[in-house]
Amino acid sequence: MNELLLGLADDELVIGWRDSEWTGIAPLLEEDVAFSSIAQNEIGHARAVYERLTDDADALAFDRPLDEYRCAPLVELRLLDWGRTIARRWLYEVADEIRITALMEDPDVGGLAAKINREEAYHRMHAEMWRERLRDEPRFRDAVTELWPYALGVVLPAQREELAARVGLDEVEAVERGLHTDDFAPLWDEMTMVRRSAPVGSQW
Amino acid sequence: MVTTEQVWAALEEIPDPEIPVVSLVDLGVIRSVDVSEGHVHVEFTPTFLGCPALEFMKRAIEDKVPGVNVEVIQDDSWSTDKITAAGREKLRAAGFAPPAPRLVQIQAQVHRCPYCGSTDTKLENIFGPTPCRSLRYCESCRQPFEQFKTI
Repeated sequence: MNELLLGLADDELVIGWRDSEWTGIAPLLEEDVAFSSIAQNEIGHARAVYERLTDDADALAFDRPLDEYRCAPLVELRLLDWGRTIARRWLYEVADEIRITALMEDPDVGGLAAKINREEAYHRMHAEMWRERLRDEPRFRDAVTELWPYALGVVLPAQREELAARVGLDEVEAVERGLHTDDFAPLWDEMTMVRRSAPVGSQW
Repeated sequence: MVTTEQVWAALEEIPDPEIPVVSLVDLGVIRSVDVSEGHVHVEFTPTFLGCPALEFMKRAIEDKVPGVNVEVIQDDSWSTDKITAAGREKLRAAGFAPPAPRLVQIQAQVHRCPYCGSTDTKLENIFGPTPCRSLRYCESCRQPFEQFKTI
């Protein structure tokens, strides 16, 4: 269970970080605001889940060596193209809904999962709105196909049939969490730089 | 010795850091106050998990009620339905459309302009200046306004 929660928290932290990269440079002012808000929510979810696993959420979030992160490769990818970014947001939200809804049944973390789910409802509305807008664009369709094996790696094997049905694609071999993409090392370096470079005994 | 009523009254005086027209009590984020043998225990529920004002609110409670133990409850017990009737009225008066009750929101999807009362409003952006707000525009009085999200 802890491994599952750590994977969830790492996913939320890293996608929050990636979403925040659009702050200031999104193609529309509205999307600057949207991506910044979504990033803030996702990182808030990460913190709340880390706090279930440890007394020091910052240490768990930022003091681990790279190979101990449990995030899915989908969230690590550095996507500079808007269509691919939206494809990931949409795939991630569909996958995330399946696992969060499953966690709502859990006696220990069900309440927290339900709270996260209330906030995610707005991320889903945002993702669905963009998907509707772009669904017939070849670049967007190609991006969904490209990212689909990665999306499958977000959820447990038992949840993949449902994910495939919701996305409307056939199950393929998933890009599993555990190994990291080449894009993760530079991100890890950036995310952890402040804490790594702080003098011993620094107070936050 | 401090009483439960005094603690509630003190909490009533703490403004929300982002929307100061409402207090923490109006916002419904104080789930319980317990005073026993001089110890004050307050259960506090966050609005949005990523809200940067959380720590600020917790500290404001600690400053206002000396010796208080603030327990942050991260479960599903807060929703915008917990905002009190007085809190909703204060929001409306300040130009924030209060969140529709969850059932109404799901069934009707009606959003009323806090300035002129018209329901002829449209969504400009699901996201706004803070995670808890959306941006809408009133076609009737041509006024943009902030809508407290229903969660």
